[in-house]
Amino acid sequence: MIATPNTAAAPAPLPSLGASQAAVRLHRVARTYRVGAIEVQALKDVSLQVPYHRFSTLIGASGSGKTTLLNLVGCIDAATSGAVEVCGQDVADLDADEVADFRARNIGFIFQNFSLVPVLSAYENVEYPLLLVGIKAAERRRRTLEMLDAVGLAAQARQRPNELSGGQKQRVAIARALVKRPQVVLADEPTANLDSATGASILKLMRQVQTESRTTFIFASHDPQLISHADEIFTIRDGEIVEHRTGATP
Amino acid sequence: MSFIAKIVFRNILRNRRRSLMTGSAVAAGALAMLLFGGYVGYIFAGLQTTSVQENGHLTVFRSGYFLFGPGNPAGYGIDRYRDVMGLIEGDPVLKPMINVLTPTQSLVGIAGNFSGTVDASKTFLGEGFIPSDRNRMRQWDEFQTGAAKAPDARLSDADSSQGLVGFGLARMLGLCAPLKLTGCPPMPAADTAGLHSAGKTADSDLVGLAERDAKEAGAPQVGPQLELLAATAGGAPNVVGLSVAGVERQGVRELDDNFIAMNLELAQQLVYGRGEHKATGIVLQLKRSEDMPAARARLVSLFKQHGLDLEIKDFGDLNPFYGQVVSMFSGIFLFISMVMGVIVLFAVVNTMTMNVMERTNEIGTTRAMGARAGGIRWQFVSEGMMIGVLGTAFGTAAAIAIALGINHAGLTWIPPGNANPVPLRVDIFGSPALMVGTWLALVLVATFAAFIPANRAARLSVVDALRHI
Repeated sequence: MIATPNTAAAPAPLPSLGASQAAVRLHRVARTYRVGAIEVQALKDVSLQVPYHRFSTLIGASGSGKTTLLNLVGCIDAATSGAVEVCGQDVADLDADEVADFRARNIGFIFQNFSLVPVLSAYENVEYPLLLVGIKAAERRRRTLEMLDAVGLAAQARQRPNELSGGQKQRVAIARALVKRPQVVLADEPTANLDSATGASILKLMRQVQTESRTTFIFASHDPQLISHADEIFTIRDGEIVEHRTGATP
Repeated sequence: MSFIAKIVFRNILRNRRRSLMTGSAVAAGALAMLLFGGYVGYIFAGLQTTSVQENGHLTVFRSGYFLFGPGNPAGYGIDRYRDVMGLIEGDPVLKPMINVLTPTQSLVGIAGNFSGTVDASKTFLGEGFIPSDRNRMRQWDEFQTGAAKAPDARLSDADSSQGLVGFGLARMLGLCAPLKLTGCPPMPAADTAGLHSAGKTADSDLVGLAERDAKEAGAPQVGPQLELLAATAGGAPNVVGLSVAGVERQGVRELDDNFIAMNLELAQQLVYGRGEHKATGIVLQLKRSEDMPAARARLVSLFKQHGLDLEIKDFGDLNPFYGQVVSMFSGIFLFISMVMGVIVLFAVVNTMTMNVMERTNEIGTTRAMGARAGGIRWQFVSEGMMIGVLGTAFGTAAAIAIALGINHAGLTWIPPGNANPVPLRVDIFGSPALMVGTWLALVLVATFAAFIPANRAARLSVVDALRHI
């Protein structure tokens, strides 16, 4: 992840948001929320680029703007100002259905609380994103089983989320995020609800699948273990990127 | 099973108790609508059957009869009615539709019982018909209501002197004892004495005239004898004797107190005397009620073609009570349906709103994965529709079971306007429109009800939904 330092006195010239080598490009992005009569500026004039195929981390205190930034990159929220480009697509050009389709094809999510659909089995949870992109039944089955096998849950395919442990649920969530082979996977505190041993194994798994699939991973996390595995580490404070450093595999 | 159907079905099972309560509300709605609708349908069929058995589907009158004729039936007779009947009978379009084609003669007059110790007289409304035709008409039961009547052997085509009177008229003319009627009190002595002394001379004349007519007709006197006095078409008084073969109760008290049924020939003799015999009406009973509009249109065209000044009335025109009952029960059915619809609407809205609230985070996750807003909307609408389908299916099954129980219990009731009990039935099977209509209406209400919270779910901000705990 390459941060462009914000300098209020001399703003950087507006870069082209056309085809690029960056998986994610943000240019002078701001996001303001209104909570009652109070206006909260969650992100302030953020500009950054995240290269493809990297294992990147956003770190920062609670309320610093990590999740807001991930939401914008994940196209589930819209910037108040500035431009967001994901996989070469300026998301502002897309209407609601096109944004949904774009997410279905290009972005995978891993949530802190796993967010599996409780009425579906592990297999069906993993299969679900493939249905959203219209993959044929035979191919769906092949890829779903392959993905469950990759996360070590082939034997638990028929089990519902309430029959799985926290670690197993997160493995299903990882399989679900990766099964459609997205260009970008976003993970918001993926190990926060897991004990340290399970968190470590999940982290190892994510690193492994990222290496194998060469998918771009972007995390928001406090977890020191996770940070130590990151290629790019980005520090965010009060809605601004204040530091960028290269991590494990620069 | 498709993936969306799987999700929908499992989500319904996820909150079994809530889904069960909502489904029960839908089932109760279907049950109430089907049972009441079936009952109303049977009432309509029963009333129509009774009406058609008595009045046929269509009656041809001389123009103006319907408005002015009942006060002067003799003045509104159809000339050469047999030729008109021949015209109708010979028509290739009408012939296959007709079950019975028969003339009738209405009349008004005074009936007197001057035999033995009784001297009583009373105005009457008379109806003359061909007994064998009436018996055939009373066999008509297109809707299988079980209301077909056994032939009435008391009147016959061969013996024109016999007649039937309303129970109330029999009581007022002192016929209770001679006819051995139960529940019919004898006439007070004062009434008899008063009548006797006041009209003795006139009564004797009437008896003499009636006896002369009876001798001329060669009719045997079997039951108690009444003398019927009426004005002929020419305005002269005429008297005939009627041998009362029995009573025929009428469902409406006013009619029961005035009714006399007699052979057409006797009625014509009384109204037209020795002049040309006419008929007040020509009754057409059709094989199938659905042919009524076509038959009516054909009659109109036929009469126009032959320059006949005749008008046509259907059983609804002749019996406004039928239309009133249909309107009343239709109104009640509509009201019940609306109440049930509102209950189903609120039950489904409530359930689906709770489902959306409980699954807000799940909605956010699914939307983040790439589901379109329309997909979320469709999922929740499908859930409401599925609850509607299942609830209606259970309600329909329960209604069928209860209807079968009622229909086999041998219950009877006396419909308004009827004098005799008829079987009590709930006609669900005979009315596919009711079943399909109820099913569609409740499923549509449930679907529409689900649409409101489903739309809210579809419009949720993905970020807000993901934050929801």
